[in-house]
Amino acid sequence: MSKANQSIRYLTTLKLGQKSKKYCRFKKMGIKFIDYKDAGFLLRFVNEQGKILPRRLTGNSLKYQRKVAQAVKRARQIALMPYVTDLYK
Amino acid sequence: MNRYESTIIITPVLSDEDVKNKLKSFRDFLEKNGAKNIDEEFWGLKKLAYAIEKKSTGVYHLYDFEAPTDLVEKLEIQYKRDESILRFMTIKLDKYGVEYANKRKENLAGKKKANNNKKEEGTHE
Repeated sequence: MSKANQSIRYLTTLKLGQKSKKYCRFKKMGIKFIDYKDAGFLLRFVNEQGKILPRRLTGNSLKYQRKVAQAVKRARQIALMPYVTDLYK
Repeated sequence: MNRYESTIIITPVLSDEDVKNKLKSFRDFLEKNGAKNIDEEFWGLKKLAYAIEKKSTGVYHLYDFEAPTDLVEKLEIQYKRDESILRFMTIKLDKYGVEYANKRKENLAGKKKANNNKKEEGTHE
């Protein structure tokens, strides 16, 4: 019985590599203005070196990616976020 | 008239009183030069993400005001003349920014009230 079940298990193709579709969180949540003063939130859009992540990874729409970039740069200017962080110190 | 937000970082070397006087003087300057609805937000001593002039902390302060367009330039000249200011940034708020700023203000005011109420309750006990 169990043997038969096992053979049947692989008759249908396995769903491999199907990830949930990316979406723009600002569009979904209805956020219109991205605050440069909120460094904790902006940390989601930079990697551990402090570089801004590409749209490919964050899933932002172009409109909001631009705003995120602007906000991150502003936060950097007033020293709320680092320009660079050295990992190998 | 535009809505602006101006953040400044003052050296941590100054005493509390000096800082207060300095902030007051900038406020007076704004008032004199035709800024309206001036709002202040004092963040206090914060750690900087990177060293500025070899200092790792700074006193943050934020002005929020409506002003004619030529005032920002004058204000920034004032900032530059002052050696105790490590960094400053003035930005113009777009319509969404204004909305956000108003909401933020309301929230902060609500929080303050809640805190005060708590304190009062504490004293009653």
